Amino acid sequence: MADQRAMSSTTHHSQMVQNPLQRFLLATEIDTRLLGMIGALATIWIGFNFFSGGLFLTPRNLWNLSVQTASVAVMVTGMVLVIVTRNIDLSVGSILGLVGMVMGVMQTQILPVQLGLGLGHPAIWILSLATGLIVGTGIGALQGGIIAYLKVPAFIVTLGGYLVWRGAAWWVTAGRTVAPMDTKFQLMGGGPAGSIGSLWSWVVCVIACAAIVVGLYFGRRQRQRFNFPQRPVWAEVSLALIGCGATIAAVWVANAYPWPTRIAENYAAASGIPVPEGGLFISHGIAIPVLIAVGVGVVMTFLATRTRFGRYVYAVGGNPEAAELAGINTRWVTVKIFMLMGALCAIAAAISSARLNAATNALGTLDELYVIAAAVIGGTSLAGGVGTIAGALLGALVMQSLQSGMVLMGIDSPLQSIVVGIVLVFAVWLDTLYRRNKH
Amino acid sequence: MLDTGTPLVEMTDISISFGGIRAVDHASIDLHSGEVVGLLGHNGAGKSTLIKILSGAYKRDAGEIRINGETAVINNPRDAKGYGIETIYQQLAVADNVDAAANLFLGREMVTSLGTLDDAAMESKAREVMGRLNPNFRRFKEPVKALSGGQRQSVAIARAILFNARILVMDEPTAALGPQETAQVGELIKQLKSEGIGIFLISHDIHDVFDLADRVVVMKNGKVVGEARTSDVTKDEVLGMIIMGKVPPGATPGPGAIAG
Repeated sequence: MADQRAMSSTTHHSQMVQNPLQRFLLATEIDTRLLGMIGALATIWIGFNFFSGGLFLTPRNLWNLSVQTASVAVMVTGMVLVIVTRNIDLSVGSILGLVGMVMGVMQTQILPVQLGLGLGHPAIWILSLATGLIVGTGIGALQGGIIAYLKVPAFIVTLGGYLVWRGAAWWVTAGRTVAPMDTKFQLMGGGPAGSIGSLWSWVVCVIACAAIVVGLYFGRRQRQRFNFPQRPVWAEVSLALIGCGATIAAVWVANAYPWPTRIAENYAAASGIPVPEGGLFISHGIAIPVLIAVGVGVVMTFLATRTRFGRYVYAVGGNPEAAELAGINTRWVTVKIFMLMGALCAIAAAISSARLNAATNALGTLDELYVIAAAVIGGTSLAGGVGTIAGALLGALVMQSLQSGMVLMGIDSPLQSIVVGIVLVFAVWLDTLYRRNKH
Repeated sequence: MLDTGTPLVEMTDISISFGGIRAVDHASIDLHSGEVVGLLGHNGAGKSTLIKILSGAYKRDAGEIRINGETAVINNPRDAKGYGIETIYQQLAVADNVDAAANLFLGREMVTSLGTLDDAAMESKAREVMGRLNPNFRRFKEPVKALSGGQRQSVAIARAILFNARILVMDEPTAALGPQETAQVGELIKQLKSEGIGIFLISHDIHDVFDLADRVVVMKNGKVVGEARTSDVTKDEVLGMIIMGKVPPGATPGPGAIAG
């Protein structure tokens, strides 16, 4: 009975699939929701480009957009896992503030002065970052432990954390701003020096394209090994072309944005390069914070889809009771998720403070809301069990595109908040409609 | 009469209370290998609670559990699985946002030499097990949410038999199934029984279990009314035990039996 229904629905399905687009989507197994988000992003970009008189879709703006997104993008990958397990973390902005402050003090006071390494010592940035990671992970472990073992709701624990860590950030220096940051540490914030240049960008591009092709190939071979149904070859080729094409386009855009004239001239003078007629063209290439964010995205996707931990996260989110009965240590999974979230906040703190070249006790204010909004726009369901890292990263890009586009158009900041708020509610409503129609 | 060796499972004088209510009151029950025991009683009779103590979902207040004659420490579902106890719950305990293979291996995933999930191997094994259980099952790539009740039930059963359970607990295993799938589950139970697995079948409906069980144990108000071999009593007599707590001549009375 049940199987007849299943069969009839497949025949119905294949009858429906007549037009080429639907056939393409079915064969490539592309998530239509993700595709919808890319469509929304394209609409936003083209719309802003039109209304800003062609200012939006320039290498310069897109490059800046990518750097501005990096910090929230790093955090949103963790927030997906938090929300998938039916929790929430309201404290990420405050953790970012505190960890930024701690890292700032480490690299300007403790390491160079109190421990006598001297300013500019090459180990300073890594020791500061390591300290930040330890503090962030520790805070996450504490909050996760209270949520998992003492059974205090995540909303309350992290609301408390929101106040506590922001207060603690102030306390580190009694509210004093810490600046400037270590020169190596600053590279994590982007800028002309904090970008890898055109040659290395192309190297990254080649590696990424190779990874896409190899990944598709091994996926296919794995399915052949077990005689599972496979995608048609043309679909695999299309996927490879789309993936590599997007990578090449992104790198090309990053390389099309040159260093500012003055910086390029100084650089030329310092290294004895003659400045040609019409100015020196030195590409920014991919910014280091963007590289970090992409790296975090890849690692987190791997964690979420290819490891036991990731599997448990989704199982706990789908049915906590079933996960517990299946013998999963759900409490420990919760603690690990919050530890991960804390570590990601530390990475985001490094990016934000390096970009600002200062640690202030207001760093990361309101970030928790942007991170949660990005995750939700990216298709993470607050009911739990549903959400992807890739979707959330796109969500972060959508949020940042809206804000940066409105800045370009000279829209007042109160109105910006109003628009972002409306878009958030609208996006979730669309998602509700989409999910309802799908079932 | 039956297998006189050491029982596979012995639960002795088990009690548990929830907020002053004695859900299970000094209940004792045992199970031999290759035996199917039907645990019967009304809703709220304490049968599901008793069995959840065995599978580690609840912690007992008093009493002892012995597996193969040795005292067993069961504080959580993981401990129970360590003793080879697999449970199929009444409210299908599946994570319905992930696919069938992920559910089958939940908590015991197969991994590659690098420590990553070996999804292809798991799907292959899932296809094999599901093929034995429900040959028409095709929807391996969809979240369990999209499946029918019967298909979900086959996933839950496949999950329990996948890891060579020695003791299988089935709580209302056929409640959500159509007649054909119910018959399949019956066949499966006979097959598992012949492999020497001990099976507890829990139901409030005598028709579900009477023909499959070697022995029935009836509970009422948290107490064991009595137990009987299915060959020694009739369905009506068992029904009398369930409804009125009246123990027929062919049965052994328990603490919950009505005197006289």
